[in-house]
Amino acid sequence: MDLEYGPEYQDFTKEVQDFCKKYKGISFTGGSNTPLASSGGSGGPEMSRSEWQKILIENGYFARSVPKEYGGYGGEVDILKNRIIASEFSKSKTPGPMGGQGIDMLVPTLLEMGTEEQKQTYIKPTLHGEMIWCQGYSEPNAGSDLASLQTKGELIGDEWVINGQKIWTSTAQYSQMCFCLVRTEPDAPKHAGISYLLIPMDTPGIEIRPLVDMTLNAGFNEVFFTDVKIPATNIVGKRGEGWAVANATLGHERGSLAPPDATMNRVNMLMHLMEKETLDGKPLIEHPIYRDRLMQIQGKVLAQQSHALRLLSAKLNPGADVKIGKMIQKLIGTELRHELEGLAIDVMGEIGTLYEDSPHLRNDGTWQFIYMYFLGLIIGGGTSQIQKNIIAERGLGMPKEPKVEGA
Amino acid sequence: MYFGLSEEQSFFQDNVKKYLEEHATIDNIKHITSGDEKNLSEEIHQGLLNLGINGLLIPEEFGGLGLDLLFAAVVSEALGGGVGPTPFIAPYVMAPIAIMHAGTKSQQENYLSKIATNEFRFGVGFSEFIGKRNDAGITFSDNALNGRAMFVLDVNDATHLLLADEKGQIFVVDAKSSNLEIVQLTTVDKTRQYSEVICTNLEVELLENSSDSIEPIKQAIDAGRIMLAADSLGASQTMIDKAVDYAKERKQFGRAIGSFQAVKHMCAEMAADLEPCYALVWHAAHCHDHSPDEARLMACHTKAHVSEMSKGIAKKATEVHGGMGFTDLLGLHYWFKRIGLNRQILGSPELVREEAYKTQV
Ligand SMILES: Cc1cc2nc3c(=O)[nH]c(=O)nc-3n(C[C@H](O)[C@H](O)[C@H](O)COP(=O)(O)OP(=O)(O)OC[C@H]3O[C@@H](n4cnc5c(N)ncnc54)[C@H](O)[C@@H]3O)c2cc1C
Repeated sequence: MDLEYGPEYQDFTKEVQDFCKKYKGISFTGGSNTPLASSGGSGGPEMSRSEWQKILIENGYFARSVPKEYGGYGGEVDILKNRIIASEFSKSKTPGPMGGQGIDMLVPTLLEMGTEEQKQTYIKPTLHGEMIWCQGYSEPNAGSDLASLQTKGELIGDEWVINGQKIWTSTAQYSQMCFCLVRTEPDAPKHAGISYLLIPMDTPGIEIRPLVDMTLNAGFNEVFFTDVKIPATNIVGKRGEGWAVANATLGHERGSLAPPDATMNRVNMLMHLMEKETLDGKPLIEHPIYRDRLMQIQGKVLAQQSHALRLLSAKLNPGADVKIGKMIQKLIGTELRHELEGLAIDVMGEIGTLYEDSPHLRNDGTWQFIYMYFLGLIIGGGTSQIQKNIIAERGLGMPKEPKVEGA
Repeated sequence: MYFGLSEEQSFFQDNVKKYLEEHATIDNIKHITSGDEKNLSEEIHQGLLNLGINGLLIPEEFGGLGLDLLFAAVVSEALGGGVGPTPFIAPYVMAPIAIMHAGTKSQQENYLSKIATNEFRFGVGFSEFIGKRNDAGITFSDNALNGRAMFVLDVNDATHLLLADEKGQIFVVDAKSSNLEIVQLTTVDKTRQYSEVICTNLEVELLENSSDSIEPIKQAIDAGRIMLAADSLGASQTMIDKAVDYAKERKQFGRAIGSFQAVKHMCAEMAADLEPCYALVWHAAHCHDHSPDEARLMACHTKAHVSEMSKGIAKKATEVHGGMGFTDLLGLHYWFKRIGLNRQILGSPELVREEAYKTQV
């Protein structure tokens, strides 16, 4: 065990800290398209989200190892520096970069498997927050069984012609582009018949119908494709290789859904709230039952944070076996966050159920919102049950469920 | 020995269920909760009044049916099962019980008989007696109330309110008084109403027998808690039924998802968690009327235990539905949110368990 990053990283840490100090209290003009994104603090500089994004890239605090020609900072791959940036930003409550499925999933995929032209065209505007992407995977009859998807793509001349329907497509209504799984080889076995296509959302024939979710926001959509024509070159990987391309990005999504540092920030926020809020005149934090429930959760989050260090170390020191360690992240991260947000509602009692624009909201009603939102994330990106199947079958090597004939 | 509902109780419950199935359809619930059909909720309420829900607990001498709390519990269960968008617990259970225990003969005569004829409808605000949060609290001096009561139940369309101070004294308040400010609170559960009430030198009538005893308010709260547990019981059963139906129909990997043991076990766990809650709710309601020594302990545990089971069921039943469970399309979230509110009002599980212990020392 050696948790020191080494002397060369001390200067870097100092540099990041100075940067965070400079922009302390930064706030953003205009709204954000996701209710979870920070709108920043107060008392500091004010700018738009995309200006902030550019500053972060220029300083190497975002897209650090993405080559300059694709709109990144062009630095060496340095996992420790990324870690330092994340933890200093988190400690000083400096807002991080914009995320989203384009940045978190599409960019890594293109860097790994895209053509030169695709990299040139898409990565820069995506990183800069100017091109929003949605993920067109799930269909009404292809959720957990994603590989059974039926949206059809036919190569006619030099165009793909796409017909079918996607569902649960988050942020489709704000997106310029969609990375989409489409069945292009109807005669091939189920997993081998899928291609990964890049579809501009303003192409004629695309209809988007927003779906309201239990938080009462239209977080996702149904997307209908009728004779949608896109250039034949808008494919990542080869025909029929879409499943492998998609799986590369699913890994990125599952790791990024519930980072323990964000959960720890919420633990701290709740602790602060419990110091201020009273029940019969006594601060909530002094009620032993509530305090113990909070401490139990803090313990679990600490375990997940330590676990994240172990995974980080495994990236730096090849050879360590963290196969199961990686598989459990989505399951335990989303469940824990849901549990924590639920605890906050419990400690506030009736006040914890207030919502939307009600008077007496605490922390803008985010506890109730995120409590429900994370139930969505327990389901989205592969349900908890599917995660457990993966851990048991691929992690622990247990026998698979017998397949149903023809499925 | 017979442990279970009587024929009359089952019959009455079926009537309420049928009425709700016809009138509180999911489309109507959507209209009501989105606020674009203000009268619909009152119409549904009228239909339930026609069934007699307002007079269930009121003694016959005051024009009511004089039934016991178990009758009200089965109604509450039906309302939870159908996310009934109508007042019940405050005006027809807590208020009559509070007035019966805290009112003088003439107060009983005056108020109970008019609840039975539907001339008076009461909202109830006892939260500050149960647990006072930041900047809430009601004080009584010089015959006037001052302060803020949070989460007053069923205030809209009420003619009167019952408010309590921290000592457990219960006051009758004219809901139209100009010294009363009513602020609508928005919670996740839009099938029922919750309000904040601010009193400024508000003239009130004290229910006299609550001035030197907290027993009357405790009786009303016990009953309210059993009703909330019954409501969650009904809501949980509906969520389980929907999950089981969905699991039988929805196919993935070429088979019904209900054939996956993971899904089957979620459903079986929900059933195993909920099934004993029926007996617990019935027993608690029975004890309330017939076994005073055990009544409070039963009421507290019933509220806490059913709240805990229901929270888990609400989550699992949603998960069984996959993405569909998270949408507004099926409206499953109305039940999820109703269970969420039942858990917190009139004392969250930790507070109620603490009280359960204290009844034993
Ligand atoms: C908030 C949210 C955002 C989303 N965003 C997107 C997006 O942007 N793009 C996109 O393409 N998709 C998105 N999804 C879709 C998501 O990936 C699917 O909802 C998810 O994979 C589950 O599929 P399903 O909804 O069809 O449920 P189903 O697959 O029908 O599952 C229903 C139930 O059956 C269980 N089940 C199914 N198969 C098995 C099995 N083999 N073993 C055990 N249990 C099983 C499930 O665990 C679940 O409990 C989103 C979903 C949510 C909730």
